[in-house]
Amino acid sequence: MNYQKNDALPISIKNITKTYGSVYALDDVCLEVRSGEFLTLLGPSGSGKTTLLMVLAGFIRPDCGSLKFEDKEVIRTPPHLRDVGMVFQSYALFPHMTVAGNVGYPLMLRQIPKAEIAKRVEATLETVQLGGLGSRRIDQLSGGQRQRVAVARAIVFEPRILLMDEPLSALDKKLRDQMQIELRRLHEKLGMTTVYVTHDQREALTMSDRIAVVNHGRIMQLATPRELYDRPANRFVADFIGESTFLKVSKTSSGVDYYGMDLLHENDVPDSDNLLLMVRPERAVLSREGPREGVNNFSVTATEVVYQGDSFLLHANLVSGDQIVLRCPMRGENVTSPPIVGDTLTISLTPADTVLIDGREA
Amino acid sequence: MQAVRLNENGLRTDQRLEWLKLFGLSSPAILLILIILIIPVGWLFYVSFIGADGNFSLENYGRMIKSKSYARIFRVTFEVSFLTTGLCILIGYPLAYFISGLPNRMANICLITVLLPFWTSLLVRTYAWLVLLQKRGLINDWAISLGLWEEPIKLVHNLTGTLIGMVHIMLPFLILPVYSAMKAIDQDYMKAAANLGADPKRAFWTVFFPLTTPGLFAGALMVFILCLGFFVTPAVLGGGKVIMVSMKIVSNIELFVNWGAASALGVVLLVLTIVILWIASRFLNLEQLTNGGR
Repeated sequence: MNYQKNDALPISIKNITKTYGSVYALDDVCLEVRSGEFLTLLGPSGSGKTTLLMVLAGFIRPDCGSLKFEDKEVIRTPPHLRDVGMVFQSYALFPHMTVAGNVGYPLMLRQIPKAEIAKRVEATLETVQLGGLGSRRIDQLSGGQRQRVAVARAIVFEPRILLMDEPLSALDKKLRDQMQIELRRLHEKLGMTTVYVTHDQREALTMSDRIAVVNHGRIMQLATPRELYDRPANRFVADFIGESTFLKVSKTSSGVDYYGMDLLHENDVPDSDNLLLMVRPERAVLSREGPREGVNNFSVTATEVVYQGDSFLLHANLVSGDQIVLRCPMRGENVTSPPIVGDTLTISLTPADTVLIDGREA
Repeated sequence: MQAVRLNENGLRTDQRLEWLKLFGLSSPAILLILIILIIPVGWLFYVSFIGADGNFSLENYGRMIKSKSYARIFRVTFEVSFLTTGLCILIGYPLAYFISGLPNRMANICLITVLLPFWTSLLVRTYAWLVLLQKRGLINDWAISLGLWEEPIKLVHNLTGTLIGMVHIMLPFLILPVYSAMKAIDQDYMKAAANLGADPKRAFWTVFFPLTTPGLFAGALMVFILCLGFFVTPAVLGGGKVIMVSMKIVSNIELFVNWGAASALGVVLLVLTIVILWIASRFLNLEQLTNGGR
């Protein structure tokens, strides 16, 4: 391939708004996608993430806004002249063409000689590990193979921007996990700027350089997976990513108070009258030797223990009456003497894991 | 070790009973088809091999090969059927495309107007065309008063009139399967084509049209086969100048009281239809005829 990694284009989205009646599908969205970056739009269904992708591809015309690929304004460019690759959720493979016909279609439209098309199609099929399957009909392929053909068709003409709309949602879990790694590897190899849409937070965390969390047509937070998980900017992001418990706390002159307990914390305290302590189930630890120094200790009563193979989920009531959920790995004492319902236990949270967020609706 | 096979006989009996019940339900239909279709066609077949003297003979078929007039009738029949099918495609495909692009409510209204002629008697529709198309009819009157042409044009009692009437009557048979083929096309296909670099025209010819061809073939085949045996419309609007096989069958019986000759024509028409279906089945899935091109 004569494609160069540094050919990737940055995308600049400015003030894009799209309304349907009185509903804002996109509400003044601004987003800079760096060249060569793998950026994921993550959000619940109806959040506007797919609408934004369709605007990038040119299938939805926004009410207003600017879209630039590098320096070129493309907001009024029809889809067939945008030169971006796209993998559809339904794959949209043409059923009347073979695998090679599908993958060669964009090359055929670009008037490339037949011999070269055949060569490039085969090379691209090799890339997605479908070498030699060019003559198959689409309905002879498995779901996973169709997915690869869809990817091959989207990258064969070497677009500088690649869009993917929940491409793995139709696959079973095992295959999905495998394809996540494979797509990520493909992105590292080809280096095209990639915008990926998903509602699956784990998928987003696994694959992305940066994640934009979308809700109600707005971007709630744009950050790396690590930042997003450890330091969510607001209640929505904290709730959407991971399975946290939220405890209502209050700000005092000396620090942060939870029912008379002065919380040790290392992180910034947002300025809010509705302050919440976010407890990630895997960050809170069951402390067998009782309260310890230098951490926040909570006394709880176990209400439910759910065995899940590699770990168990411990539901417990705090003295204040709040519920808390812990994920405890199945090893050591957890295997030999797991807690049973009714036990009084101590849970500890390090100051670094004591994350306080603004509980107001953004 | 012998495996234990619990309830084997009982389960088999249940299965057999289910089949019997199903057969019992469909037996009236089977009987009806036997009485009104298989037996008459068999009789027709038999009569076609009986000569004027009441013995077995091939004279009814021999006449078709020898007589020039029969050759002409078959040629006209095929010509009219081809032209009607072609015109139906030219008019029906764009119309189906237009309707398929409308919002659902509008599309339903349009489809009902397409289907409306179906619910009117064939004879009424044909005579209505006669009224419209004749020399002092509505179309000639209007065209002359609008200055489109000076003298009344002969629009009926010829091939033109026959084709106008037949195309009108056959159109729904083409539009319905084509429309349903178009509706079955995933919108993502067209988006994908555009995304991959196809302008709307290329996208149509490389993706949309090929995906509708099964429906188009199904519709065209249906129209063509119906045309081959069509009687009322060509008889009324052709004015005796367009003689098709069906009309020859009628004149053989009514004028010449020659059941053998009429039966032989019927058999030939039936065989031709089966041959066409057989050839078509080699190129397309015939199931598309019965499920609307999907």
